[in-house]
Amino acid sequence: MSSLPRCFARRVVSRTVSLLAVLAALLAGCGGGGGQTEILVGGYMGLTGNTATFGQSTKNAILLAVDEINAAGGIAGKKLKVTVEDDQSRPEEAATVVRKLISQDGVIAVLGDIPSSNSLAAAPICQEAGVPMITPSSTNPKVTATGDYIFRVCFIDPFQGTVMARFAYEHKSVRRAAILRDVRSDYSMGLADFFIQTFTGLGGQIAGDQSYSQGDTDFRPQLTDLKAQNPEAIFVPGYYNDVGLIVRQARELGITVPLLGGDGWDSPDLFKLGGEAVVNTFFSNHYSADDQSPRVQSFVTAYAARYGHKPDGLGALGYDAAQVLATALRAVAASDPAAFERLVGPAPAGAKAREERAAARSKLRDALAQVRDFPGVTGTISIDAERNAVKSAVVLAVEPSGYTYVTTIEP
Amino acid sequence: MGEFLQQLVNGIAWGSIYALIALGYTMVYGVLRLINFAHGDVIMVGAYVALFAAGAIGADTAPSIGKALVVLVIAMAACAVLGIVIERAAYRPVRRQPRLVSLITAIGVSLLLENLGNVIFGARPRAFPEILPSRQVAIGSITFGSHQLLVLAVAVALMALLQLIVERTRVGKAMRAVSFSADAARLMGIPTDRIIAFTFAIGSALAAAAGVLVGLYLPRVDPLMGLIPGLKAFVAAVLGGIGNIPGAMVGGLVMGIAETMVVAYLAPTYRDAIAFAILILILLFKPGGLLGRTEVEKV
Repeated sequence: MSSLPRCFARRVVSRTVSLLAVLAALLAGCGGGGGQTEILVGGYMGLTGNTATFGQSTKNAILLAVDEINAAGGIAGKKLKVTVEDDQSRPEEAATVVRKLISQDGVIAVLGDIPSSNSLAAAPICQEAGVPMITPSSTNPKVTATGDYIFRVCFIDPFQGTVMARFAYEHKSVRRAAILRDVRSDYSMGLADFFIQTFTGLGGQIAGDQSYSQGDTDFRPQLTDLKAQNPEAIFVPGYYNDVGLIVRQARELGITVPLLGGDGWDSPDLFKLGGEAVVNTFFSNHYSADDQSPRVQSFVTAYAARYGHKPDGLGALGYDAAQVLATALRAVAASDPAAFERLVGPAPAGAKAREERAAARSKLRDALAQVRDFPGVTGTISIDAERNAVKSAVVLAVEPSGYTYVTTIEP
Repeated sequence: MGEFLQQLVNGIAWGSIYALIALGYTMVYGVLRLINFAHGDVIMVGAYVALFAAGAIGADTAPSIGKALVVLVIAMAACAVLGIVIERAAYRPVRRQPRLVSLITAIGVSLLLENLGNVIFGARPRAFPEILPSRQVAIGSITFGSHQLLVLAVAVALMALLQLIVERTRVGKAMRAVSFSADAARLMGIPTDRIIAFTFAIGSALAAAAGVLVGLYLPRVDPLMGLIPGLKAFVAAVLGGIGNIPGAMVGGLVMGIAETMVVAYLAPTYRDAIAFAILILILLFKPGGLLGRTEVEKV
């Protein structure tokens, strides 16, 4: 209680400081971009709220990547500077903070968000402003379909739904599967639809298709209904907060068959909520921390040394998103040094300078579209014509103590 | 048939939690004619108190029935105190004001508790410790969790206790008297302030018990966990006839079963809608509630 006034005072102070910072930035902007040494990049993700662990590990990994890039001399001598805003895991807030990043901070590119619904809220703003956006881990196809400035470094829902359908059919010999999807999530609906398409295509049968709304807490009615259909596996493409409860309640009702999911499961909170009930569950993910390739191991070691725990798949994607952006910036610096120079520093004043910067951003966009065979920690990334990454997926088994690698499924 | 029975168990277990919450609404309304919108957030406080108490006495690592009871009692006691504080600080100063003032104060208290919860506990949901291990119970063709039985048993026991207090004790008699007419009760020498504070204490303790049960049943807690159950329980109280204790129990059970059946046999997205559809129907056809009396408004 006593910390409230102090907290308020801190906010006033921090507002004043940020106001001064904006003024300083404006003044600096007037002098032209000549002596600038920093390239400003924005990040937006949920550091609090429903998918907070996703945002936190993504932010950690982006900061790690940026520090590594800067320590290695930056990009053509210029340092990267990332401003990460918390969108509270909410679409409305995502739109607000991205507007702020673009118009106030003058960032030249944006990294974020994780949930597809949030990225879908922010993508049109980036597209309209002509600011390239790279989402590390939004897998819904609609995100990059927003426009030619929107990219991603992860695979898309059709692939993830397909992977789990193939895993169920081919590796687990499941012939009757049931679905429990979140009707309020574009991500969950997408995965479920593509799972059904692939699974029935392979010759399997869908025994039941139940749903819930994000924020529901008692899933027993849906689970009781599915149990009565006797499925051999249940596909639950939700986020960890709901899935943790679903797994617990399913086991309590005597549902012992494997539960399957997507990368939305990838969070330490899944174990806290799910406890012992997580045994015999599997999900598709972007990478495995057990992967012994030097690329992955050097990332895992650096991340663990700095943050005290192993990175999850979302962290790995955040790292790759920052590295892909850096690669594209290097390409611009090499092919068009004049354009690269205009990307450095805060937003310039004056209509002409602004137009020049917009042209430089479109060069950056072109460079992103050209990324091929980038060696990322989440696999080899090539950006296709739809600005999606083409790469493989891994399937992980969940144990109360952590994940174990099961198999890799190629596109 | 087996599936239907199992759904019925789901509905009764969930409904008995609503019933516990609805009792608090109905008691406060009975004596004060006040809809205590902060009631749902007391559930949240109760759940968090239980979470920390469980950690402190080791009920999470080495659970036992005794420890679980201690956790329940600590949460109920803490919330009883909270209820008294809320009444004293927020509602008593405006008790003589028009009823709308108390109603808006109640919404203010609710927002205060939710945001304090966000500041103190953090917005990130937490797992509620398994203070009693869950097991599967099979009867004939239906299987259900021991927690479902536990929720039902605790709720029924507390409701019976409440009924006993209200009907069989002196303080219960005083509560009924205040509910009938606060002014007449005061003239007869009943300390109405103390009786009202007692009512808040009991109602909040029941909310805390509901919080512990919700925590155990799901098992997850977050600062906004009381909001929707609180609203639904309010509907349950109105459904049964607000101010009427058996009505609150019936209303809660009807609500829980209706929600479960809607999810199971209609569409899960109508789950929240059914509560308010029921409310509208009740207000249209039986404004006094299922077990309530229709009062004639005196002009």
